[in-house]
Amino acid sequence: MRTAAQPTATGLEAAQPVVVTQSPFKERAQAALCDRSLRQSFRGAMDFLTAKRAGVFDDPAEWQALSQLGEHIRQRALSKLPDLLEQLEHRCQQNGIHVHWAESTEQANQVVHGILAQHQATQVVKGKSMVSEEMALNHYLAERGVACLESDMGEYIVQLAGETPSHIIMPAIHKSKAQIAALFAEHLPGVPYTEDVDALIQIGRQVLRQKFLDAEVGISGVNFAVAETGTLCLVENEGNGRMCTTVPKVHIAVMGIEKVVEKLIDVAPLYSLLTRSATGQIVSTYLNLINGPRRPGELDGPQEVHLVLLDNGRSQAFADTQLRATLQCIRCGACMNHCPVYARIGGHAYGTVYPGPIGQIISPHLLGLQATPALPGASSLCGACGDVCPVKIPIPALLTRLRTEAARPANEQPHAMRGQGANANLRERQLWRWWRWLNTSPIAYRLLTWLLSRARHHLPKQLKPWTQVRTLPRPAPKTLHELMRQRTGRTS
Amino acid sequence: MSAKANILQALRQGLANAPGPLGDSDYQAAIAPYAFTHADAVTRVKQLLCAAHAEVIDSTHDTWPADLTRVLQQTGMPATLLAPQTDCTLALRAYWADRHDVPSLRLFDQAIDCWKADLFQIDAALTECEGAIAATGSLIIWPTPQAPRTLSLVPPLHIVLWQTRSVWNTLFEAMQQAEWASRLPTNALLVSGPSKTADIQQTLAYGAHGPKRLIVLAIDEPCP
Repeated sequence: MRTAAQPTATGLEAAQPVVVTQSPFKERAQAALCDRSLRQSFRGAMDFLTAKRAGVFDDPAEWQALSQLGEHIRQRALSKLPDLLEQLEHRCQQNGIHVHWAESTEQANQVVHGILAQHQATQVVKGKSMVSEEMALNHYLAERGVACLESDMGEYIVQLAGETPSHIIMPAIHKSKAQIAALFAEHLPGVPYTEDVDALIQIGRQVLRQKFLDAEVGISGVNFAVAETGTLCLVENEGNGRMCTTVPKVHIAVMGIEKVVEKLIDVAPLYSLLTRSATGQIVSTYLNLINGPRRPGELDGPQEVHLVLLDNGRSQAFADTQLRATLQCIRCGACMNHCPVYARIGGHAYGTVYPGPIGQIISPHLLGLQATPALPGASSLCGACGDVCPVKIPIPALLTRLRTEAARPANEQPHAMRGQGANANLRERQLWRWWRWLNTSPIAYRLLTWLLSRARHHLPKQLKPWTQVRTLPRPAPKTLHELMRQRTGRTS
Repeated sequence: MSAKANILQALRQGLANAPGPLGDSDYQAAIAPYAFTHADAVTRVKQLLCAAHAEVIDSTHDTWPADLTRVLQQTGMPATLLAPQTDCTLALRAYWADRHDVPSLRLFDQAIDCWKADLFQIDAALTECEGAIAATGSLIIWPTPQAPRTLSLVPPLHIVLWQTRSVWNTLFEAMQQAEWASRLPTNALLVSGPSKTADIQQTLAYGAHGPKRLIVLAIDEPCP
């Protein structure tokens, strides 16, 4: 077995393997906060995207009605999810699509590799797919001698740099054009340094067109899968998704099991919500509705189409009526574009495939709370993510719920989350027990507040880490209860 | 148990205490904001396509072959790919039959596997469309055995003939009124401009992977 992808003219032979940093979230966040160029990239991009979105949702009544419809469509699909998945499988099979099921990313990778092996494929082109990132598919295939080339411009740049996407819609958002110019000049043979964006895109186009032509298999994600018709919908601007799903002989689509919708007409409002929320476009350049492989008499299109349905922790989120809302997501990225934490630390600091608020509520299901203990807390709970969500996922409430699950003792029932109790702390629990007792026992409460008000000059001035960025308030000379009793003339 | 059985079992268990499936949605919000007269709808499609960097040329049923030829001449006579048997191909070939100042012609008349590399060398392609969507300025491309799907994808210049009598207010109405669910082709498409990307520092660039130019010949005829 070869251990590395074959050298190609794509520049990837020189790229470093993808390294996922293991340092804790706070260290990565701290490092990102000190990186001036990274912060400029994110600030600029977030301001750009929030302004674009605001421009296409300029009628609050229309936004309200449409997002309510989007929420209802997604909730309706989830309310019949197992039936719809079976219907989707049936309709896809009728259309000639092979359907595979995978509980874990390992199973999904095996399925994909099995199909490639059947076709003895060594060159694969991939359209942007977050599920394939979740599977670490490129890495899995590279270890087995298959070169899997990202074809979305942003993903291609990120792959060339040996990095992972920092945003689910704009993967290379953390990079400036100067950095990309240097990257192309370094890795692509005969390419001079240029910061002209049109020239850079044309360079990428030339490299990738040859790859679309050569690749035996194309891999893509799925934005919506329609149970009624067995249709796989792909939303994009570049045309690389169409290339991957049209030109190679075999097309493999990978999707999370939550992406199914009931009816074809459900796609129309969701598509409008998706493009407007994601990039502020009223429509993307392409909406690609794939209904199967090449039919008899047709002259092009893949001869084989496969669909891989991946669970990977989604059924855990599904089992809890509150956490199920996590699966309404249509992956527009608006929550991260509007998140004050994401805008400052960027996507890589989260250390997970899905960054930002949606990543904070989905990653604990994919990886378990023990692997993501800092994520539920990495939020100011300002509410912006919930406000802009086009399908009304109550993200702040879900973050609060996950904080609770992470703090509950691991053995306490009911057990809704893998990794429950990841942040459980005996001292903290004891403190809260005391706090409850003090606040529910009138004598203890009066005694404590009396003592605090009298000892106000002798209390510590610092309460780390709380006072690192705050001034510790000093108790008043008299308690509120005392003042009220004085005012009404009553004595205790 | 198989992965499928495990997943479905977990999901069904998850629904055990649920109140049951939700009823149908009220789709009014997808329709209401987009009520246009036919004339307004056509104008809006043209405006939005132009705003998305497509080029719209007003034409007629009789003059479009001449209009198209003029565009191709201005574009340096690109080698042009045509679907073999569609009405528009027949009309164009008839118009070009006794002319020599016309581009070289290639018919898409054999399976892509036989000539994939040559296909990537073709400069331009002509397709028809099913109609357009006014809300978003999108063209509905409906490939058939006679009009393969790479026509609208691989050549850098994509020319579309649009009979303006075919226009819907929204994608929702097109899907519903034209009963897409019962007659979808292998690959149905909405195209709303030339290929583009903003992946490098949010700077918009055209011609990412699909066609760099999209020319729409709008054939204006009275609504029946």
